Amino acid sequence: MDTSVAARSGWDDFRRAFLSNRLAVIGAVVMSLFILMAIFAPVLAPYDPINDQDLTSNFAGPSAQHWLGQDELGRDILSRIMYGARVSLTAGLAAVAFATTFGTLVGVTAGYAGRWIDAILMRLMDMLLAFPSILLAIVVVTILGQGLTNAMLAVGIVLLPQIARVVRSAVISVRERDYVEAERALGASHTRIVTSAILPNSLAPLIVQSTLALATAILDIAALSFLGLGAQAPTPEWGAMLTDAFRSGFGVFIEGQHAILFPGIAIALCVLSVNFIGDGLRDALDPRRK
Amino acid sequence: MQIIPVLLGVSLIVFVMVRSIPGDPAQILLGQQATEEQVAALREQLGLNQPLFTQYFLFLRDALTGDLGSSIVTGRPVTTELLDRLPATLELTLAALLFAVAVGVPVGVIAAVKQYSWVDKVTSVIALTGVSMPIFWLALILVVIFTVNLNWLPFPGRLSNGIAIVSITGMVVPDSILTLNFVGLWDGIKHLILPAVALGTIPMAVVTRMTRSSMLEVMGEDYIRTAHAKGVVPWRVVFKHALRNAMLPTVTVIGLQFGLLIGGAVITETIFGWGGIGQIALESINRRDYAMIQGVVLYGAFFFVMINLFVDVLYAVLDPRVRY
Repeated sequence: MDTSVAARSGWDDFRRAFLSNRLAVIGAVVMSLFILMAIFAPVLAPYDPINDQDLTSNFAGPSAQHWLGQDELGRDILSRIMYGARVSLTAGLAAVAFATTFGTLVGVTAGYAGRWIDAILMRLMDMLLAFPSILLAIVVVTILGQGLTNAMLAVGIVLLPQIARVVRSAVISVRERDYVEAERALGASHTRIVTSAILPNSLAPLIVQSTLALATAILDIAALSFLGLGAQAPTPEWGAMLTDAFRSGFGVFIEGQHAILFPGIAIALCVLSVNFIGDGLRDALDPRRK
Repeated sequence: MQIIPVLLGVSLIVFVMVRSIPGDPAQILLGQQATEEQVAALREQLGLNQPLFTQYFLFLRDALTGDLGSSIVTGRPVTTELLDRLPATLELTLAALLFAVAVGVPVGVIAAVKQYSWVDKVTSVIALTGVSMPIFWLALILVVIFTVNLNWLPFPGRLSNGIAIVSITGMVVPDSILTLNFVGLWDGIKHLILPAVALGTIPMAVVTRMTRSSMLEVMGEDYIRTAHAKGVVPWRVVFKHALRNAMLPTVTVIGLQFGLLIGGAVITETIFGWGGIGQIALESINRRDYAMIQGVVLYGAFFFVMINLFVDVLYAVLDPRVRY
């Protein structure tokens, strides 16, 4: 009984702190809109993002039929941005899911086991951190080849060491607490100690780090696609949309300015709102800030 | 001295990278046009018929002596290719860093001194927007505004057609100053502004946030109150007493920005046709020029690790309490 009351009041505290942060709320609202747009893209989008081409009206500006104008092949930019939300958000989430799963595994193992296991795992993470992120992504893409899936994996690997480090230090800070000692004294297995005592109490920093990692992931996947190493034409991915417009020639800078403007606004808005949410979560979950 | 295992690790990852591409590494590095003899000779040099352990040591030897093979596109040694393109990249990244520090530090100081004022609020929003900015988009938007719509700044490249400078360092701005070529200098600077701003915006936002928060921390210290109490003029307190101490975390953050700058250079150079290492890195991937990719990744990561070491040393110089 007592624990459930305590848990609920903790949740209330968290909700109040998060909701009182104006930027975090704006971020959450904008992000929800993007998610809805991604889910309902087939219903909302006025045109097909790939097949509705019209070369006679390439780079036509915004109009009543095409709110955000048309791209280098005369496709509807609004429809492509809506479908692009699906690609960019799933790709970003997949990269973060990969980084969080394996980063947590590495971090918990290193932090809980300590000694030489910790030393070896953390030196491995240092090696990954020694690469500037785009260079590391280039290594992965060189080995696996270009394409959206491999770009997701590349970004996941880039983000992994950051998550591992955060989890490791959280685990170390709770490892010697009394409730962990109690589990140990009761004869619990290592797996049980980790899953029931250590992980739940290391969650706050992990949630914050994963949210901030999502912002980086969306940005980096768009960057890789822009470089031609991620999503390939005609996939309606935001970074790929920009590169397709850019590579169509210098004309894009003169007639196709809207084809540059809108996909970039989509990326920036999405990343900014995730960053706002991440900052809000950090403030709300950090007990020192209450 | 933790740097040696990290450098060994970096070389190991790059070694594994080329070995994990399906096929014969010698054939992969030389490309499909290579003759049977060339492949056999490289196979000998890489020690492909020897144990992996030996192969790694041979690779390390080659890396340390700067012998990482030749580009399959130009046929010139990888190290020569990279050294030729290094000045362009160095000029761009240094200009971007200069922009980041020259704007980020003063703005961060002002925001901290005038905490909660409108300047502070505007700064915070701009700094947060800055770190969320896709730099490839920012670069394109800058070209749209300043080249196409306003016609103020040129695009693309490092110099306009018909303008030549004598190459001494390989960097346009220093070379034109050294040869007193002011037409070249002005043209070079105009070409440098847009890519440097595009590349420097994220670091600028990070430096601003860091300067602001460490200034706020320092301004609350006792010695600042003491300085005020003994009648030191306010600007002197800010710049002489506070800023010098607040610069410590900022310097670390500036060092970390080199990772972003190296990665960002790939994007910026590609857009602006800059002809540096970043641009060649991407072109090498598209041409499957593996010897070049290996060189770029290996030396790029080495450079980044060395910068971080330099920052650590600088830290000790700035803060006499830190000793290694």
